[in-house]
Amino acid sequence: MTTTTSQSPSDSTTGAVLAARSLVKSYGNSPALRGVSLSAARGDVLAITGPSGSGKSTLLLCLAGILSPDAGEVRFGGARIDTESEARRSALRRREFGVLFQFGQVVPELTAQENVALPLLLSGVRRREAMTAARSWLDRFGVADLAKQRPPQMSGGQAQRVAVARAMVTEPEVLFADEPTGALDSLAGEQVLGQLMRVARDGGTTVLLVTHDAKVAAYADREIVIRDGMVDGDAEDAGRPTTSVGQHRIHR
Amino acid sequence: MSAGHALLGLLAEGERHGYDLRRQYQRRFPAAKPLAAAQIYATLDRLLRDGLVVAGATERVGGPDRTIFTVTAQGRAELQRWLSQVEVPSEYVANLLSMKVILALLVADDGAAADFLRRQREAHLARMREHTRVKSDPGADLLRVVAADYALNHLDADLRWIDATLQRVTQLAKEIRP
Ligand SMILES: Nc1ncnc2c1ncn2[C@@H]1O[C@H](COP(=O)(O)OP(=O)(O)OP(=O)(O)O)[C@@H](O)[C@H]1O
Ligand SMILES: [Mg+2]
Repeated sequence: MTTTTSQSPSDSTTGAVLAARSLVKSYGNSPALRGVSLSAARGDVLAITGPSGSGKSTLLLCLAGILSPDAGEVRFGGARIDTESEARRSALRRREFGVLFQFGQVVPELTAQENVALPLLLSGVRRREAMTAARSWLDRFGVADLAKQRPPQMSGGQAQRVAVARAMVTEPEVLFADEPTGALDSLAGEQVLGQLMRVARDGGTTVLLVTHDAKVAAYADREIVIRDGMVDGDAEDAGRPTTSVGQHRIHR
Repeated sequence: MSAGHALLGLLAEGERHGYDLRRQYQRRFPAAKPLAAAQIYATLDRLLRDGLVVAGATERVGGPDRTIFTVTAQGRAELQRWLSQVEVPSEYVANLLSMKVILALLVADDGAAADFLRRQREAHLARMREHTRVKSDPGADLLRVVAADYALNHLDADLRWIDATLQRVTQLAKEIRP
C-alpha cells in the first residue's frame, strides 16, 4: 500500500509508531483507564496483560481509534488521531490498522475469501485483485480450501484463521489483537498465533496483543501490565502530568 | 534448595530451639518434605559455624537439653539477600518460590513479598520468551518444539501461581502474622 503515512510511520522525534499519553476513559461514572501512557516502535510486539476488568480492551479500543478517550492523546506516526473525525479515523483504520478480536469478526453471509477481501474492497482495491490477494492470505494461514465456504460451516479454529487472514490482508502498520486465541483449543490456537507472529515480524508490523495468557505474552518482545486502569508501576506518577511518553514500566 | 536459609528465616521470626524449629518448619511450609532431626542439627551447626546464628541459653523441659538459637545481624543480612534474590527459573522452582514468599511475610512485609513476586514474574516471562523464540524458529524440529512446550507449560504454571499470589499477598500476610 502506498500512502504517505505508511512510508514514514514513525514519529520523527520519538521514533514511536504508536504512542498514548495519559489516557483517561470512563463508562458513565466508573473509570476504566486512569492515565495510561505507552509507546511502541515500528515492529515492536507488545503484550498487554493484567487482571480481568483492568482496562486492557478499553485501552486497545482507544489506541485503535475505535473509542475516544475522555482525556489524553493517541498519536500514530507522530500525529494526533484521537481528535480526528470519525470518518478520518475509520479511513485510517482501514489503511493502516488490522484488528483481531475474540468474537464476531467474520461476516457470516460472505465466503471466507470474500471476508478476507473485504478490507481491500473497502479501501478501493479492484475486486479481482482483492480476491486474488485474499486467496493467497488464506493459503498462508492454511485454509485455502475453505475459500468458498461461509463461517457458519466452519469450526471455531477455521473461522479464526479466516479472521487472522483478514486482519493481515492490508499488511497493516499496526495490528491490534484482543485475546486472539481465546476461542481456540490450545494447540490450534498456538499454531495460528505462531504463524501470525511470524507474518507480522516478517512484514515489520507493530503488534499490540492483549492477553491474560503468559504463553501468549511470551510471543511478545515486552509486556505492559495494566492494573486498575493504570500501567503497573506507574501509580506514583498518577497525580502528576506525564512529561515524557513511555515512562511506563517495561518488563523486558 | 537451601534448608539453611529456611531455618534462618524461621529463627528470624523468633528465637527457638531445634525441636521447636522442626515443628515450625512443618507448620509454615506444609507442602515441603519434613526435615529429619539430624538434618536440623547439622544445618544449625553449619549456621553456627558461619556466624549466622548464635547458641544461647539451654532449657531443660523434662527430656533432653534444648539450646535456643538466635539469628545474628550477619544472619539477617544473609537472609535479606536470599529473600530478594530472584530464582533462576528452572522447571521445579514453585515450592521454593512459595517458601520465599512465606518467609518474606514473616520477616519483612507484603510489600517485600510482592516486589519479589513481580521480579520473579519478569524472570519467568523472560525465560518463557527464550523458549518461545526457540520453538518459533521456522527451522526448529518437532523434538525441540515439544521440549520447549514442556518447559513453557511448567513455567506457565509457576507464573499463574505468582499472579494469583500477588493478588492475595496482603490477605496472606494478615493470616500468617495476625
Ligand atoms: N461498554 C461498557 N460499558 C460499561 N462499562 C464497561 C464497558 N466496557 C468495559 N466496561 C468496564 O470497564 C472496566 C474495564 O473493562 P475492560 O473490558 O477494558 O477490561 P479488560 O481488562 O479487557 O477485562 P477482561 O480481561 O475481562 O477482558 C471494567 O470495569 C468493565 O466493567
Ligand atoms: Mg477484555
